[in-house]
Amino acid sequence: MMAPEAPARTPSAKPAQLAEPVLEIRGLCVDYGYGADAVSAVVDCDLVLRRGEVMGLAGESGSGKSTLAMAAIRLLRSPGVITAGEVLFHSRPFSEEGPRGTIDMLAANDSVLRTVRWSEISVVLQSALNALNPVITIGAQFDDLLRVHRPSFSNRDRWNRSAELLDMVGMTADRLRSYPHELSGGMCQRAMIAMALALEPQVILLDEPTTALDVVTQREILEELMGLRDQLGFAALFITHDLSLLVELADEIAVMYAGRVMERAPAASLFHAPRLPYTYGLLNCFPPMHGPRRPMEGIPGSPPDLRVLPTGCAFHPRCRWAMERCRQERPVLRPLGGPNREVACWLHAGDATIPRELAHPEPPAAAGRPAATGPARAARARR
Amino acid sequence: MSATVAGGVAVLEGKNLTKYFSVKRGHGVLARRALLYAVQDVSVSIGAARVTAVVGESGSGKTTVARMLAKIISPDGGEVLLDGRPTPRGRPREYARQVQMIFQDPFASLNPVHRVRHNLVRPLKIHHVTDDVDATVTGLLRRVSLEPPEEFAAKFPHELSGGQRQRVAIARALAVRPRVLLADEPVSMLDVSIRLGVLNLLADLRDAEGLAILYVTHDIGSARYLADTIVVMYAGQLVEAAPSVSLTDEPAHPYTQLLLSAAPDPERPQPPSLVRSGAPPSLIAPPSGCRFHPRCPHAMEICRRVSPPSVEVSSGHSAACWLHVDSDRRLLEEERTPGSVATTDPSAPQSAPECSQPTSTTRTRRKEA
Ligand SMILES: Nc1ncnc2c1ncn2[C@@H]1O[C@H](COP(=O)(O)OP(=O)(O)O)[C@@H](O)[C@H]1O
Ligand SMILES: Nc1ncnc2c1ncn2[C@@H]1O[C@H](COP(=O)(O)OP(=O)(O)O)[C@@H](O)[C@H]1O
Ligand code: SF4
Ligand code: SF4
Ligand SMILES: [Mg+2]
Ligand SMILES: [Mg+2]
Repeated sequence: MMAPEAPARTPSAKPAQLAEPVLEIRGLCVDYGYGADAVSAVVDCDLVLRRGEVMGLAGESGSGKSTLAMAAIRLLRSPGVITAGEVLFHSRPFSEEGPRGTIDMLAANDSVLRTVRWSEISVVLQSALNALNPVITIGAQFDDLLRVHRPSFSNRDRWNRSAELLDMVGMTADRLRSYPHELSGGMCQRAMIAMALALEPQVILLDEPTTALDVVTQREILEELMGLRDQLGFAALFITHDLSLLVELADEIAVMYAGRVMERAPAASLFHAPRLPYTYGLLNCFPPMHGPRRPMEGIPGSPPDLRVLPTGCAFHPRCRWAMERCRQERPVLRPLGGPNREVACWLHAGDATIPRELAHPEPPAAAGRPAATGPARAARARR
Repeated sequence: MSATVAGGVAVLEGKNLTKYFSVKRGHGVLARRALLYAVQDVSVSIGAARVTAVVGESGSGKTTVARMLAKIISPDGGEVLLDGRPTPRGRPREYARQVQMIFQDPFASLNPVHRVRHNLVRPLKIHHVTDDVDATVTGLLRRVSLEPPEEFAAKFPHELSGGQRQRVAIARALAVRPRVLLADEPVSMLDVSIRLGVLNLLADLRDAEGLAILYVTHDIGSARYLADTIVVMYAGQLVEAAPSVSLTDEPAHPYTQLLLSAAPDPERPQPPSLVRSGAPPSLIAPPSGCRFHPRCPHAMEICRRVSPPSVEVSSGHSAACWLHVDSDRRLLEEERTPGSVATTDPSAPQSAPECSQPTSTTRTRRKEA
């Protein structure tokens, strides 16, 4: 069932050759609550995360991004319930210990989930301070993790590996003796990333990992993260409300609104040639750093209450291009100019006139993030 | 270093503000008190119908400056002037009315157990601002674009979105007819999509009502958008001050240049690498000379020894950096202070024997400097 070994990213990889999927989410639906009180936070979502690639998931707060990610690894908090869909994890572990083959995440029992979570799919949340145990040192937390998952390691191995992990995220080994509260927000988040990478996962879910940090720290961490991705070859689902972060980071971006994926495209296409009015709005929330200053509006209004969604297209009350049809019928996600991008918007169906703002030409194919130099992880031999 | 308001008359001015905090270091019996130099010699002024932005990384002292201007804390050095006159000690009620503060977390200034109406009526009553309370509440909610006002007046803070909550917090500040708004990261906790709405509201209050506004932020892009003047703080000191477009288009200080390169900018063809950019220093034992020298790609010998003076690089644009001091003066300073002062920072670039260390450790050391 496993495909033959193929490097995830090589400089010669052509954009058309998609890497094989590692995490496949199909038709996922999540409700909070039951029966008449149920609120649908995620509706019929499809996402395919490919080996070694970064998928950006963007949208305003409350659009369902965290719910989608947590449901996929079965970490939903009650009263969240998965009501439909499929999540397949195609495991091809970097370490000898991990499970192999395709795992149906929604059907998996607890013991299977234990072999997957953290070892093969790890998570970094917005507030590392909450995720780290405040009463034990960083070193002891690494030690606990490695003791359970790398039983063959000696004390010395565990210490060395912990130091190596901190070094990867730009921290010195003496930080292993620190308690979380003794570290700055950026340091905590770095430690958390190191811990998420400790067991060489194939997938890492990053839920607003840098939202609480300063711009400079944020950029540094993102750069480091991308360097590590190139070096270690993991795939990442990067969740953020700040689309501008994803420009220089993601291979592909999906935009969610009111629980649904509304646009999906390669990062460069989404940036230079958005097709969805909502994406256009999200991209125009950033005052330019150059040129004359001019008044900007952002996106008027606020995201809808999921209990009383607008009819038709949920975005229509805030959409400057809304038509009569938008108030009546809900647009569905459909391919646009090839298999690589999809949009759910009536402007791109039938004979509607597409506004100039949503008709920019596709950028040249090569204009993505520079290709990585392939997983150089073999060089960092495992002990 | 000081920043004067171009064109306008300063309504509120902080002159040479300095603040130390006494903090505990270490654990248990080894614990000691030490002085943390949070703000040193910072001058900033806010003019009527102007927005002055204070920009810097977290920990640079922005909030401390705003709190001194609001007289929530008193400075250890320097003074606060209202309309050019020294202000009385403490925080007199009339001062608190005229100078209102808006916080990053709108929940901090709203009472969660009371409806919006109650939250707005309270300051009206405390300061005896009006007789017609209902009309005033309606008017306030209109001014911050919460329509229909009757509906919003009846809601509880938790029933509002983040942006709406911040608008209520602004309405609450406006209730007492202040002349100065000190807004401390008012949009940092909001979704990017609704930040512009709140910034536009502040711009309207400036333009239509002549409010003097201090906008504190770590986001230099939003400062460029909203502010007339930007001052940049680093490690408790002012490093650059200029009209906002001049500051962002022609940044004179290497730290401002770093901040600008860190800002997300989709237009940029290739993002510059920041991997070696380091972190702000300890404020308990700050670096000697220019506090930015351990991170500065242009650091010279003198930077490690003598703190740079503020110089005017163009009209209304000043920077505290040796690069902009003419070489005669620099040489004079260098001779006056012989090179006996060792740097307090072992990881300072150029002074550390980097080639003898493995690269990854060098990088890490620098990062934690
Ligand atoms: N524990 C919960 N109980 C009820 N509703 C919830 C809960 N968690 C999230 N929701 C709702 O689900 C929607 C999606 O939330 P979330 O996935 O956190 O969005 P995002 O991560 O995009 O901000 C929101 O409208 C939120 O109100
Ligand atoms: N009450 C306090 N006691 C001790 N240290 C403080 C206090 N308030 C602020 N500081 C310290 O002063 C420095 C400046 O803080 P602050 O003004 O909050 O910066 P900013 O708002 O730019 O993030 C920081 O190092 C902070 O830890
Ligand atoms: S379907 Fe209509 S309302 Fe929805 S985004 Fe497209 S144009 Fe706007
Ligand atoms: S004074 Fe020296 S170290 Fe400081 S910013 Fe200027 S060049 Fe850099
Ligand atoms: Mg979330
Ligand atoms: Mg602050």
